[in-house]
Amino acid sequence: MNILRRVFSGLLLIIGVIALNFFLLQLAPGDTAEAIAGSMGGASEELLAEIRQTYGLDKPVLSQLFIYLGDVITFDLGTSYFYNQPVSSLIAQRIGPTILLVLSAIFLSLCIGVPLGVMAAEKPSGGLSYSVTLLALVGYATPVFWSGLMFVIFFASVIPIFPVQGFEDISLRKASFFVRSLDVLHHLILPAITLAIIYLAQYSRMARASMIETLSSDYIRTARAKGLSELTVVYKHGLRNAVLPIITLAGLQFGNLLSGAILVETVFNWPGLGRLIFDAILARDYPTILGVLIISSVMVIVANMLSDMGYRLADPRILKQG
Amino acid sequence: MNVKNNSKNSKNPKNPKKSFSEKTQSPLKEAWSVFIRNKSAIAGLFILGAIILLTLYGQLFYGEDPFEIKWLPFTSPGTEPGFLLGTDYLGRDLLAGLIKGGGPTLAVGFSAATLTTLIGMSMGAFAGFFGGKIDAFLVKITEFFQVLPALLFAMVLIAVFSPKVITIVLAIGMVSWPATARLTRTEFLRIRELEYVTAARSIGMNNFRIMFSVILPNALPPLIVSATLSVGIAILFESGLSFLGLGDPNVMSWGLMIGSNRNYILEAWWPVAVPGVFIFLTVLSVSLIGDGLTDAFNPKLRER
Repeated sequence: MNILRRVFSGLLLIIGVIALNFFLLQLAPGDTAEAIAGSMGGASEELLAEIRQTYGLDKPVLSQLFIYLGDVITFDLGTSYFYNQPVSSLIAQRIGPTILLVLSAIFLSLCIGVPLGVMAAEKPSGGLSYSVTLLALVGYATPVFWSGLMFVIFFASVIPIFPVQGFEDISLRKASFFVRSLDVLHHLILPAITLAIIYLAQYSRMARASMIETLSSDYIRTARAKGLSELTVVYKHGLRNAVLPIITLAGLQFGNLLSGAILVETVFNWPGLGRLIFDAILARDYPTILGVLIISSVMVIVANMLSDMGYRLADPRILKQG
Repeated sequence: MNVKNNSKNSKNPKNPKKSFSEKTQSPLKEAWSVFIRNKSAIAGLFILGAIILLTLYGQLFYGEDPFEIKWLPFTSPGTEPGFLLGTDYLGRDLLAGLIKGGGPTLAVGFSAATLTTLIGMSMGAFAGFFGGKIDAFLVKITEFFQVLPALLFAMVLIAVFSPKVITIVLAIGMVSWPATARLTRTEFLRIRELEYVTAARSIGMNNFRIMFSVILPNALPPLIVSATLSVGIAILFESGLSFLGLGDPNVMSWGLMIGSNRNYILEAWWPVAVPGVFIFLTVLSVSLIGDGLTDAFNPKLRER
């Protein structure tokens, strides 16, 4: 039942997101109908009236909101003023690359960051510990778009082994699926690493701190006293508890990760949601802006739920408490 | 060792072993004495101080206009006398941009962090102190703002309300307060159960006074740390927005320099690399100071 309640409160949050941004966009200066007409070329009074009718702009704001909410339930996010396409299909084209980028970044940062932090925790004042602390500081303070650009400079002119722009090689359009996937992976490497660095730094630092705390607790001393090998103590008994705060952190930070993805997409010309909303903002394409915001909020909510479930899996005590 | 003993003593007054050299100090003084012995925190203070001096006083000695086209584009650093750091893709003086751009970057960072802390602190204080329905409601609002992807929402705010410096500060403040609110709430929830709060209540203090003159001072240490860290976050945020071209186009900033030169990085790396180093150093210095404050305020962490 808990999951149902969470889904319900997630839905409420989404409705809130829609309402807030809907009213916010109403405050934008300029007449939407004129903006649409402007992108079409001319604007006679009749044309404006017609546009207002097609897009439902002649109705009161509140009923516009309710009509929009009703449409969203059927996955209809309206029509883009700028691309003249349904927003839902625009998003469908762009969401894949963004999810691919974000998930690869999480995967990389967890798979490298956590073991790094755990190894560092075994010697809290050793060289590795020092490097992890340093890495965390540097990773935190580096602007993600800047490190991306530095990678572009380095891999475009010094060692050109990774492509620095785009999602795939157009000349490979007709190649087999396998070759094309490899090509996308090749393009993915730099953007994913750029985005992963920040979180790798944070996770390794957090893993170190939480592991040091865990390893000093009584049950670990018991495990050692039982004569278990150091490997079992650290990785079986220690890691499970030490990883809990990282799961929570990863879930909470999903929104930040999406924000970082927008910047990284801009640097590497990655055709994802970030590029879409950026172009939409420049073109004052409000249906698209609203659509991307809704989808991103849904993604954050889903990520929070998943991290909650992950936490429950790693810590069965919570299940028992209900 | 003195410090460690001392902190243990102040926590446990029954412990008769007091160090000879120091009497029990006030927690703030004690924290300060730990802080100034922290080398990396002091290094952070120095870097930040140097950057602030550069942006404040640099203009007195080097008041060139960073928007004016002065020389040939893509002049490498150090090759042309008078253009120490070279020129950008339009032939604008890079050093002038660095000096002029630092002010707005820092100002936006500090004011947005202040706003973040003020909003987060009041939301968290009310939620944690009153509890019950007020808490549930404020937690819902906090959750709501956590669900909105910060940069996207800030982009929308700026798109709707024109890219002015004040809009950018408001946008950053509006999207980054939830973390501070959660922290404040936890602290208030913890402290309001302590005996001295009950004592304050029993002598008839009203809620407002208890919140701000009894609980808040005791909740301050983690809040000061979080305020320091949010300066760094705000600076990164501002430079990200300016990089995307959503900052105020009439105000030079480090992010804007990177953003406007990014299409020419293969011709010239320095107009992109140099401002980034300054953003990095600023955020680094702030987080070094933040880490130093964490250690200073939290004696339990000192051993790590």
